[in-house]
Order: sequence, then C-alpha cells, then structure tokens
Amino acid sequence: MAFTEAEVLAGLAEIVNEETGLAVEAVEPAKSFTDDLDIDSISMMTIVVNAEKKFGVKIPDDDVKDLVTVQDAVDYINKAQEA
Amino acid sequence: MPTLKTAETGSFSKIAGIGAYRAENLVTNDDIAGPINSSDEWIRQRTGIITRRRASKDVGVLDMCEEAALEAIASSGLKPEDIGGIIISTVTFPYMTPSAAAALTDRLGTGPVPAWDISAACAGYCYGIAQADSLVRSGTMDNILVIGAEKLSDIIDPEDRSISFILGDGAGAVVVTSADEPGISKTVWGSKGENWSTIRMTESLIDVRDDRETPFPTLRQDGPTVFRWAVWDGAEVAKEALTAAGIEASDLAAFIPHQANMRIIDELAKQLKLPESVVIARDIADNGNTSAASIPLATERLLREQPELSGGLALQIGFGAGLVFGAQVIRLP
Repeated sequence: MAFTEAEVLAGLAEIVNEETGLAVEAVEPAKSFTDDLDIDSISMMTIVVNAEKKFGVKIPDDDVKDLVTVQDAVDYINKAQEA
Repeated sequence: MPTLKTAETGSFSKIAGIGAYRAENLVTNDDIAGPINSSDEWIRQRTGIITRRRASKDVGVLDMCEEAALEAIASSGLKPEDIGGIIISTVTFPYMTPSAAAALTDRLGTGPVPAWDISAACAGYCYGIAQADSLVRSGTMDNILVIGAEKLSDIIDPEDRSISFILGDGAGAVVVTSADEPGISKTVWGSKGENWSTIRMTESLIDVRDDRETPFPTLRQDGPTVFRWAVWDGAEVAKEALTAAGIEASDLAAFIPHQANMRIIDELAKQLKLPESVVIARDIADNGNTSAASIPLATERLLREQPELSGGLALQIGFGAGLVFGAQVIRLP
C-alpha cells in the first residue's frame, strides 16, 4: 500500500529524529537537510537507508545528492512508490 | 597412470602470536585541519578520530613490517628460521615489483620461504588470514607470517577532504600455525567490482609516465557510498561469518572491524545488535585509519590493554578499495 505524501513526511521526520535527535516538527518540507537541519553526508545515508526500509523504495547513492530539501525527499519517495 | 602426491593435509590453524609497529609521529586534527578548511571538532564529529600516527620520511613499509614481524614471531614462541612463508597485505610498498614480502625474508633471516604481497586494501589482512588458514590446513605450509602494513602518508593529499585526513601509518603482524583445535573459521569474502572507482588513486602510473605534469597519484573516496556499503552490506557479511563459524554474537569476546571511521564501527555494531559483553575495538580514535594494518593493530592493543580477552573469540571484518571484503572469526592468541 502506497503511503500518502503526509505519511511520507511524517515518517521521514521520525527517521530524522531518530538519527539526529531533531524534533519532528523541525523537519519541515522547505528545510534543507544540510543547511537548515545540519545533517552531514553520513547521517544522510543512514536516513536514506532507513527511508528505503520504511517506505519500500530504492534510493541509489547517485540520487541522494539531489535530495536537497525535505520536500525533495518526499517527492522522490512518492515517485518511487509509483514505479 | 601414477597417482600424484599432494601435501599431507594438516590439522587446524590458529593465530599463535601478534606484533605491532606504531608510527612515531602523533598528528593531531589541528595539525592537518588548515589545508582542508576544517577543524578538530569537524574531524572528530565525522570520523571519531582525535589523532593519527604517521611515520618519518626515513621509515618505509619494510621497516614497519620488520618490527611488527619480529614481535609477532617472538610472541608465538618461534624464531625467524621457523617461519614457513610470508604474506604481506599492502598498497603502499613503493615498488610494483619485487614484493615487500620477498625482501622481508632476507631482513628477518627466515630462509628461502615462499613470500608474496596481496592487494586487497583494507580487507587485505582478512584476505591474508584466509590464505594462511587454507595453506596451513591443507598441509602446504606452517608458521605463516601474515602482515598488514601501510605507509598511507605517502599517498595523501593535504588538501583532499575525502580521505587523506583520516589516514595513518603502521603495521600489524601475526603468525598462523597448525593447531589441535580450530582457531580460524571459514572466511566469508568477496568483491564488488562495479564500485571499483569508489575508493581509488587519482591517476595511474601510466598517466604519470605519459604526462610528467600529472601530480603524484593520491587516494580519494566517495565517502557516503563507502559508508552505506561498509555498514549495511558489511553487517550482512559479518552475520554470514558468524553463521559460517557456527556461533552467535553472544559467543564473541570481541568485535574487531577495520578501523575506517568511528561512525562505521558504531553503526556496524548497532546493525549486528552486539551484546554489551562484546568488546568493540576503537583504535581508530588514536591511530587513524591504517588500512590493512588496522585490524592487527587494533587486536594487539586490545590484548595489551585487556589481556583477559586472550583465548576468546573475535569477529574481524575488513572492507575497502576494490571494493573487497573479508570476515572470519578467530580465537585470540
């Protein structure tokens, strides 16, 4: 069953919270993972792997650099779910 | 038709003794942060490294091998003339040929024994243990020196932010001997050639030959890709190694992964759900990433600081450029 966009955002916020300790409310769509949330490349990989497991999608390494904002990740996961 | 004679099958194999060479110069994060526009805090946060050790200009890979080897031979209760073969894992011996191992036979006075180098980067020590284990059990050789030795400071670029700042120099050596009981489990090892360039030299030697303006080749890596592979694929390899050894994580006394990055070590341990009773090697904080040398160096330190671990089981896993990986369970000497 596909996740709704709101469910993806909420799930992603939980994953970010687990990895970084940031409050889930801080994980807003327009926020940049690097500049706003201060997430480094290694934590980002952990978040990506956990998102793959949670949402049942594949996010290749080469695509991770394109996930600049939280919304980018939500859109990517939504699209990957449809594939 | 005559039947060919083969080596008389040996018994089991074990690691009988261990030795280490730690480079003399302690290099702090502040010492190297400038050219990469970084800081002590940034390096600690991303790698867990506080210092790394680097050798002086006049100390080469062979010097490091010799010191570690002599210590390993002595701690095994052997003499150089008892050594039946030498395997050195290194990517920093500065000659493509002849090998470092052949030169070491002469330095140690082992006699004319088989000696060769292997190129398996950070998995090289585990590859060497796999080879020595097979050679001893097959009856082909006994008392094999396995050495991981690197002078990585020769292939770093002070301005590189991908890998140079984590690297150190050093050598670790063990002697693999025949044994009455199994002391080395079946190795789980392999490669992932589609990621050949994930950890790589900047140029080939032919590039340098053909264009003398080409800078001296140095090492680079795609850090996040390495992290993902080392942790999640590495955890599967480590679990396979436990299964191949017929043991559970709770049977381990120690977990000794390649000392690549503290965050890889932490995440690997998390994925493996290691019980708190398992001691985790964290030599990287003080000695940096020494590639093939890191597992034997970390092992030597654990045994020196916690001698009660001797006789216990340790899961060791190496992973690195190739990409290549290898893991086995050993009984600590």
